[in-house]
Amino acid sequence: MRKYTEALERYKDKIAGIDAQEMVINLGPQHPSTHGVLRLELVTDGELVKEIIPHMGYLHRCFDKHAESMNYGKSIPFTDRLDYLSSMNNSHAFVMGVERMLGIDNDLPKRIEYIRVLVCELNRIASHLIAIGTYGIDIGAFTPFMWCFRDREHIMNMLEWASGSRMLYNYIWVGGLFYDLPVGFEERCNDFVKYFKPKLVELDDLLSNNQIFISRTANIGALPADVAINYGCSGPMLRASGIKWDLRRVDGYSVYPELDFEIPIGKGEMGIVGDCWDRYKVRVDEVKESVKIIEQCTRRLLSDFKRTPDFDPRGRVPKKVNLKSQEYYIRAENPKGELGFHFVTQEKTDIPKRVKARGPSFNNLSVLPVLGKGQLITDLIAILGSIDIVLGEVDR
Amino acid sequence: MLTVGGIGKFIVWHLNSMIGELKEHIINTFGPEAFVRVEESSLQPIFVLKVDFIVDICMFLRDTEEYYFDFLSNISAVDYFPENKFTVVYHLASIPYQKQLVLKVELTNERKDDNLPEVPSVSSVWRTAEWHEREAYDLMGIFFTGHPDLRRILLPDDWEGYPLRKDYKDPESYHGISIK
Repeated sequence: MRKYTEALERYKDKIAGIDAQEMVINLGPQHPSTHGVLRLELVTDGELVKEIIPHMGYLHRCFDKHAESMNYGKSIPFTDRLDYLSSMNNSHAFVMGVERMLGIDNDLPKRIEYIRVLVCELNRIASHLIAIGTYGIDIGAFTPFMWCFRDREHIMNMLEWASGSRMLYNYIWVGGLFYDLPVGFEERCNDFVKYFKPKLVELDDLLSNNQIFISRTANIGALPADVAINYGCSGPMLRASGIKWDLRRVDGYSVYPELDFEIPIGKGEMGIVGDCWDRYKVRVDEVKESVKIIEQCTRRLLSDFKRTPDFDPRGRVPKKVNLKSQEYYIRAENPKGELGFHFVTQEKTDIPKRVKARGPSFNNLSVLPVLGKGQLITDLIAILGSIDIVLGEVDR
Repeated sequence: MLTVGGIGKFIVWHLNSMIGELKEHIINTFGPEAFVRVEESSLQPIFVLKVDFIVDICMFLRDTEEYYFDFLSNISAVDYFPENKFTVVYHLASIPYQKQLVLKVELTNERKDDNLPEVPSVSSVWRTAEWHEREAYDLMGIFFTGHPDLRRILLPDDWEGYPLRKDYKDPESYHGISIK
């Protein structure tokens, strides 16, 4: 019908009918600064961006359709591939949703919960290191990129040791874990923290307080809090705009209420609240908080919830996930923001009727046409880098 | 010190005490025909609303001071094949009150290509809805009236059919390329 194609015609007319002094530039899908296969269609007037039309879907792998054709446990490896930089956090959210529906989330052994939080926070650091490092390279600083990847490699090696895989772990299962942590993992975490803390100070000196970096990011792309909320931005993006909103605290899932950590927010130290520098800084501060959480987790894993011979990480894994017909929306704090899964279950089968993944990057990216309007093309790169998107999650 | 899931439980409890009050408030403001029922079989209670009222009620929930649902987390469309029924589910959150709310509208449709189920767009209330509705249109074939830019978002513009529908058949070829 005519009205179903009306918007497409309108879009085509707009591109065809631009002014003589305007030019349409395609940024991506194969441009390194788009952090994946994202295509931005820019209507430019000289160096100024007049309009941004994002095109997604190059990495669409049908997560929703896939998840509704198999049982819950089999979908977990796919959740790892949504935001492939923070696989642990994705599967943690998914698994928590299923556990809540089963009603077993409150009687899981504490050791399992602490291990989950430990690996999630390690993964959060790894994800933020990528965000910081690649942001540096977007702006033109090459060294922080190499330093971040060097430190991230330690985390990758540790998680590989625990799960057998470098990036896509399939480690957190419904009702438990794939394996217990390998012997000596907690001590190695402590060694890593000891190694990593000075490196963070170094990174601050190198990038956060670097005058060139500040000139490129401060006062650029400021996102007011009301706009951020209205566009569904979450995670560091929302916190940088000055809103203290962290689902680890708000929902208090897993063992986060027992842990002591701060929620960093953007303060506008170098410019306006919510500018690119604030978004970058919130991530740096979150890494420091994650380090604190890791220290607490390893301390408790070595004392109160020590490894015992009879501890079975798969002891509570259900043979079959039997759920009554219901709906549930679970949300959890991923490195990039609020990751949600909407489950619609059906009776007498362990295959869901519908699973919808709400990716934080998808929503954070939707604010880009507003943020980038009227900016220089070079600043657009800085803004896009500061949003920190992962296309695996935008396209799902 | 709080126990595991302590805060989460508090929110659920708080919400349960809010349900009756909110239901009454909606009925008083929009009339009894706007409200269908509350589904309490799930962990989160779901407000089922009439399609025609969804934008007004969303605006009301966003702007009324005692609810203030300023954050739209998610919109998902669900297909209840073999019934001729679709639902669109809205997950709202209130940042100042730290609450969550689920709204739902039910649609009946005969699954014809030239007659998609229609819902008024809430993108004028929350801009988050803009991309979520585009996705629901793209994959589930729900037409959102009044949407500023309802194009396909994840699939190519010339894709035919709505893949997330349960009665969707994979095409044989795309632009002359066999994809079976």
